[in-house]
Amino acid sequence: MSNRSQTLRPLGSWLEHHLPKVVLAPSFIAVLVFVYGFIGWTAWVSLTRSKLLPKYEIHGTIQYERLFAAPRWDVAMNNLFIFGGLFIVISMILGLILAILLDQNIRTEGAIRTIYLYPMALSMIVTGTAWKWILNPGLGIEATVRGWGFETFSFNWLVDPDMAIYTIVIAAIWQSSGFVMALFLAGLRSVDTEIIRAAQVDGIPTWRVYTAIIIPSMAPIFLSAFIVLSHLAVKSFDLVIALTGGGPGFASDLPATYMYAMAFSRGDIGQAASSAMVMMGVVFTIVVPYLYSELRAKND
Amino acid sequence: MTDMSLPQTRGRSRAGRIALRWLLYVILGLFALYYLMPLFVMVTTSLKSLEEIRTGDLMSLPRDVTFDAWATAWSGACTGIQCEGVRPFFWNSVLIAVPAVLLSTLIGALNGYVVAQWRFRGANLIFAAMLFGCFIPFQVVLLPMARLLGLMGIAGTIPGLIFVHVIYGLGFTTLFFRNYYVTIPSELTKAAKVDGAGFFRIFWSIFLPLSLPIIVVTIIWQFTQIWNDFLFGVSFSQAGTQPITVALNNIVNSTTGVKEYNVDMATAIIAALPTLLVYVVAGKYFIRGLTAGSVKG
Amino acid sequence: MGQIQLSKVTKKFGDLTVIPPLDLQIEDGEFVVFVGPSGCGKSTLLRLIAGLEDVSGGQVLIDGQDATMVPPARRGLAMVFQSYALYPHMSVRKNIAFPLRMAKMDQAEQDRRVTQAAEVLNLTDYLERRPGQLSGGQRQRVAIGRAIVREPQAFLFDEPLSNLDAALRVGMRLEISELHKRLATTMIYVTHDQVEAMTMADKIVVLQAGRIEQVGSPLELYRTPRNTFVAGFIGSPKMNLLSGAQAEKHGAHTIGIRPEHLLISTESGEWEGTVGVSEHLGSDTFFHVNCPGFADPLTVRASGEMDLKYKSRVFLTPDPAHLHRFDAQGLRVE
Repeated sequence: MSNRSQTLRPLGSWLEHHLPKVVLAPSFIAVLVFVYGFIGWTAWVSLTRSKLLPKYEIHGTIQYERLFAAPRWDVAMNNLFIFGGLFIVISMILGLILAILLDQNIRTEGAIRTIYLYPMALSMIVTGTAWKWILNPGLGIEATVRGWGFETFSFNWLVDPDMAIYTIVIAAIWQSSGFVMALFLAGLRSVDTEIIRAAQVDGIPTWRVYTAIIIPSMAPIFLSAFIVLSHLAVKSFDLVIALTGGGPGFASDLPATYMYAMAFSRGDIGQAASSAMVMMGVVFTIVVPYLYSELRAKND
Repeated sequence: MTDMSLPQTRGRSRAGRIALRWLLYVILGLFALYYLMPLFVMVTTSLKSLEEIRTGDLMSLPRDVTFDAWATAWSGACTGIQCEGVRPFFWNSVLIAVPAVLLSTLIGALNGYVVAQWRFRGANLIFAAMLFGCFIPFQVVLLPMARLLGLMGIAGTIPGLIFVHVIYGLGFTTLFFRNYYVTIPSELTKAAKVDGAGFFRIFWSIFLPLSLPIIVVTIIWQFTQIWNDFLFGVSFSQAGTQPITVALNNIVNSTTGVKEYNVDMATAIIAALPTLLVYVVAGKYFIRGLTAGSVKG
Repeated sequence: MGQIQLSKVTKKFGDLTVIPPLDLQIEDGEFVVFVGPSGCGKSTLLRLIAGLEDVSGGQVLIDGQDATMVPPARRGLAMVFQSYALYPHMSVRKNIAFPLRMAKMDQAEQDRRVTQAAEVLNLTDYLERRPGQLSGGQRQRVAIGRAIVREPQAFLFDEPLSNLDAALRVGMRLEISELHKRLATTMIYVTHDQVEAMTMADKIVVLQAGRIEQVGSPLELYRTPRNTFVAGFIGSPKMNLLSGAQAEKHGAHTIGIRPEHLLISTESGEWEGTVGVSEHLGSDTFFHVNCPGFADPLTVRASGEMDLKYKSRVFLTPDPAHLHRFDAQGLRVE
């Protein structure tokens, strides 16, 4: 603080002066303890031999060694890359196409946008329940298409260990692509109309206006969409639980369900902690550079 | 771009343009059907009898509309061994969501007000630290939180779940209010200080009356997040305190007895109804929250 | 009473010293203008007086009382901001009454003061409107009204006219001057516009990089600028400042001569040059004359009738009575 050689503030006035800090303090302490402290706790426990109860003697990286040796974790990480990759890429492509189509002066735009976006308001458990029913091999799509006369039609991904993960991709895209569309649509609308007019005056065809001017200028929005989607992908838990329960077997496990199984049904806290730390590592490698550049850009 | 379509430039006939326009509408319509199909299937299935479901077609309308599945879902469906329907869990969700939404919104408003208008050294750092908390995968705090709730004696209780939701909602609510309040000129705070208003008076008399839109956005965002939450609900609740998402999952995945798909669908719609309603009534604010929560860092 | 004294007042932001120790005495009823280029610390100084910023050292005395630790509202000062800082959700009446409500003044007295202020400022018809429905000039008046009703010991103005267009600015300038005559209350006014400073002030404080360059009445500053900075800052168009051989001839490092103190002739004079750009204002004409051996063109004021062609040959003679001489440090030499 500054050198106050003169009069000291009376207590009431001191409090008034420091009120903003006093108000922010509880939240700050909460974040410190419940985010950073807890991450620290999990990191610590991931280095111990904790089983049903946490132990605090450090035993090196044994949990991580076990984790990377576990076939189930291997499946979960593989699934994360398949699911994450397909989910992000297809959601972005679909979102962009829909946004461009909706940007053509559509009269019923408001209604269409509402329809495309409503899945985002649903719980993933609801989404999972709905798609589980639709993809039900006995009574769902498969039965319906067969009923239309295609007797040999087969669509049993839900119970096929090789294909189960793709059902999660289908449901997740259904839920999130409308949101990506809304992001992109906002981006398309924020492009300076004068630039577009100038391009039109220059006689540049519509598709070239999109590919050469509008889409490149939306790079920051692509980045945000990517960040949000990848964040959703790593955290996805609800959808897997509701749609496949991680099955058949553990064919559609994701790191999030692996962690949960270790923590709450297997009673293997050490494995739960180490898998959570790996998940955090994945999120951080994506989010931290983004947040850092965002905050820096703002302070400049 | 709002008020102008890119003209389909020269060289195309009028008929060609009209055909293209039709094609555009057909494509958009097909996508609308794709997004609506699951909802349609849920609603129709919930109105069919089990018999009709077994023999009929996923896409067909119910021959005989029956609300039996809805009645069962609300007050008779089994979650494991209990068969009280989804009603008690619906109220659990209300009891969790309402206080958690209000508390996290209020605290977020105060935090945002401090960070945006009462800058002190380190305030930005604190804000960055809180923002960062929005992005962690919650799996990393599940274990210590379970132990802490136990130590505090609120494990498996509704206050415990409220506590968790408030703590991990603060990052976003603070972000929303901070981003809104930085757009209000700081001279307003200074003028009010000279006029004799103190910290809370300025917040109450000047900032809160100006905050209606962001309060709506924040409440909707928080409500959707908390109502739809499953991870915290399944990790930190016990038999009597589970939120509706957990109950829905239990009903759908219960392995005892006959699989009642129509009841599953009715339950799912009941679970989705509050957030869908919010979306239909205040969609504009819902979208604003979504984009603000993801685009603005 | 509204006597304000700053004693060794210092302001630092982290390691950056914005205002090195500074002393200043402001008498009761004076209209004092802080003027200087942007970033000179004039607004910071005003906020230190208002109590909106904490001093890093030194004392602020109001009427002889140490007010250094007193919160803004209890200093008995009122402030008008550049952006007016009106509360957008309150009517004009509520805006003006807000400080009175905060002081828990009784309702009848509040009403009386608001009504009176509204009359003085021609706002009576607008009392029930919101700030968003008013013009810039009206908003400015509301901001002043909110200051007046408190009957403060001193008014602080932070660049109050810079958001108004040129015509309105001249009008508001007069209104504020009139207000000062009528209320006879101390006013401290911050601006970067030396015309506002010259026309309104009893006393001008010229600031640069947090330091006071000179304090004095407008005419004192005009006639005897203490250094080259003040010489160049006060007066419009700017004083011509010349260094090198021409200055040495007058026994100085730099000499300064105002455009109005240069005699222009087509026949003879001390310096010879050619006319560059001419600016005709009607009442006056300003010629920019390029003289060989001078780094910059000289600005010369002539009567409005005078008309000279581009590149025509002219002679300039400085008025020796109004020649300012400065040493190598830029300080005035008598």
